[in-house]
Amino acid sequence: MTVRTVAVLSALLLGPVLALAQAPAAPEAAREQALVRMVRQDCGSCHGMRLTGGLGPALTREALADFPLESLAATIYHGRPGTPMPPWRAMLNEAEAHWIAVRLQQGFPEEAARPSR
Amino acid sequence: MKRRELLASLATLSSIGALGLLPGCASQVLRGTGDLGVVIGRANGTLYLVDTTAQSLIGEVPGLGDLSHASVVFSRDGLFAYVFGRDGGLTQVNLLERRITRRIMQAGNSIGGAISADGTLVAAQNYTPGGVKVFDARTLEMLADIPAEYGPGKLSRVVGLVDLPARRFAYSLFDANAIWVSDCSDPRHPKTTKFENIGRQPYDALVTPNGRHYIAGLFGEDGLAQLDLWAEDCPQVRAAPSPPPEGGKETWGGPAFPCQPKVRRILGGYGKGQEPLPVYKMPHLRGWAVAGRRAYLPAIGRHEVLVVDTETWAEVGRIPVAGQPVFVMARPDGRQVWVNFAVPDYHRVQVIDTQSQQIVQTLAPGKAVLHMEFTPRGEAVWISSRDDNRVSIVDTQTFATRARLDVPAPSGIFFTARAARVGF
Repeated sequence: MTVRTVAVLSALLLGPVLALAQAPAAPEAAREQALVRMVRQDCGSCHGMRLTGGLGPALTREALADFPLESLAATIYHGRPGTPMPPWRAMLNEAEAHWIAVRLQQGFPEEAARPSR
Repeated sequence: MKRRELLASLATLSSIGALGLLPGCASQVLRGTGDLGVVIGRANGTLYLVDTTAQSLIGEVPGLGDLSHASVVFSRDGLFAYVFGRDGGLTQVNLLERRITRRIMQAGNSIGGAISADGTLVAAQNYTPGGVKVFDARTLEMLADIPAEYGPGKLSRVVGLVDLPARRFAYSLFDANAIWVSDCSDPRHPKTTKFENIGRQPYDALVTPNGRHYIAGLFGEDGLAQLDLWAEDCPQVRAAPSPPPEGGKETWGGPAFPCQPKVRRILGGYGKGQEPLPVYKMPHLRGWAVAGRRAYLPAIGRHEVLVVDTETWAEVGRIPVAGQPVFVMARPDGRQVWVNFAVPDYHRVQVIDTQSQQIVQTLAPGKAVLHMEFTPRGEAVWISSRDDNRVSIVDTQTFATRARLDVPAPSGIFFTARAARVGF
């Protein structure tokens, strides 16, 4: 675990205010929204928009309950060779992968409502 | 909503006017469905009905459940759309009445379906529980359940389901490296022929427009698995008599036993050992790959379209493109091939001219292009841009945008002309 990820993790545990104050690598609100959308939509093309699974396994809170957090973050960042799970490091930094992993285990947030037209 | 309904009514009224009929109750006006289609509203479980002549939305049917990765087949009269939802929902929608006529939950996690050539059977391919289920197209009564069991208690996720002539369906088992062909001529007692070790991790498949070749793309290795359903010693593919005769010499009705189609590898090793690029979205295969004598296929983990001669099945070219291809679709006349891409290159669409094998156009129709569909004769293509909440209608000759329709988070676009095509 990198120092930065530890910082982000503890920041996440300590709450959003501290996260903003102490961990500059944590995603900002706009980026968080983009990440939520990315998980719902782009990860969703294999894992389902509701993350109930598809070609990829379900990513619901229940499904991930016993999955080690670090492994989850590493799977997102580095992919899983031999399976269709690609590394997302070209589109995320490690702190963001970690943020997604934490949120997945908490039950991933819904996308904020956006104007549809 | 209100505005769209008004526009739809106006469109209907104007077509009534054009026909010289008295405008009575709009729903009773006679009209065909040959120029109709549907657009999947991915985020809101709604099917948007479209008219490709008027280039407009004509209605919407909500209540279809989880439509991420939904796909659609049509009854052969073009009246009903069968919508396969991610959540295992199978919904029969009457396009003219603009309503759900039947709906069942047939699985926990589904990926698509097919309809038999005679229009009587609808088959669904499922991830959970892994297998294929066959339904009466009219009533949606289940006729057959074919678990994709490849080991004791092990069910494979099923991909690449297509219809074949004679009420058969072919499909691939992602987890079992197998292709199965189920003969449903007696739908309550399907007979399944299994082909093992066809290649690692088939992810989707297609049947060529002549119904001869079933081709499964492989995720786990460079190449595709091809099943020749007209294998030379097998002019008519039929289930072998059971038990098989000793020595395999006996004949029945013509061909010598054993009479089996064959699987072989095509485009093997196309990556030439290079490290593959990440595949952020699996490509989708259908019979649209075939343009004239050639087929255009997405490479996996390479930003290339592979070109193969459908007589010899030898590679005859590869065309560098702007990203990981997802849909590589020939215009119905085969003159052009349109390509869209996985994230992060999914704001682009490229057009290959099949005469010169060159990219002749790169378009940016909107953010997150998920799907394309040609009008029946290909003068226009409809392109969905999920993140712009827009469907663009593009002229395939001039590449000009003819119209844009507002649709929330559109994904798949399906026109009723699919009803007349093998493998759609």
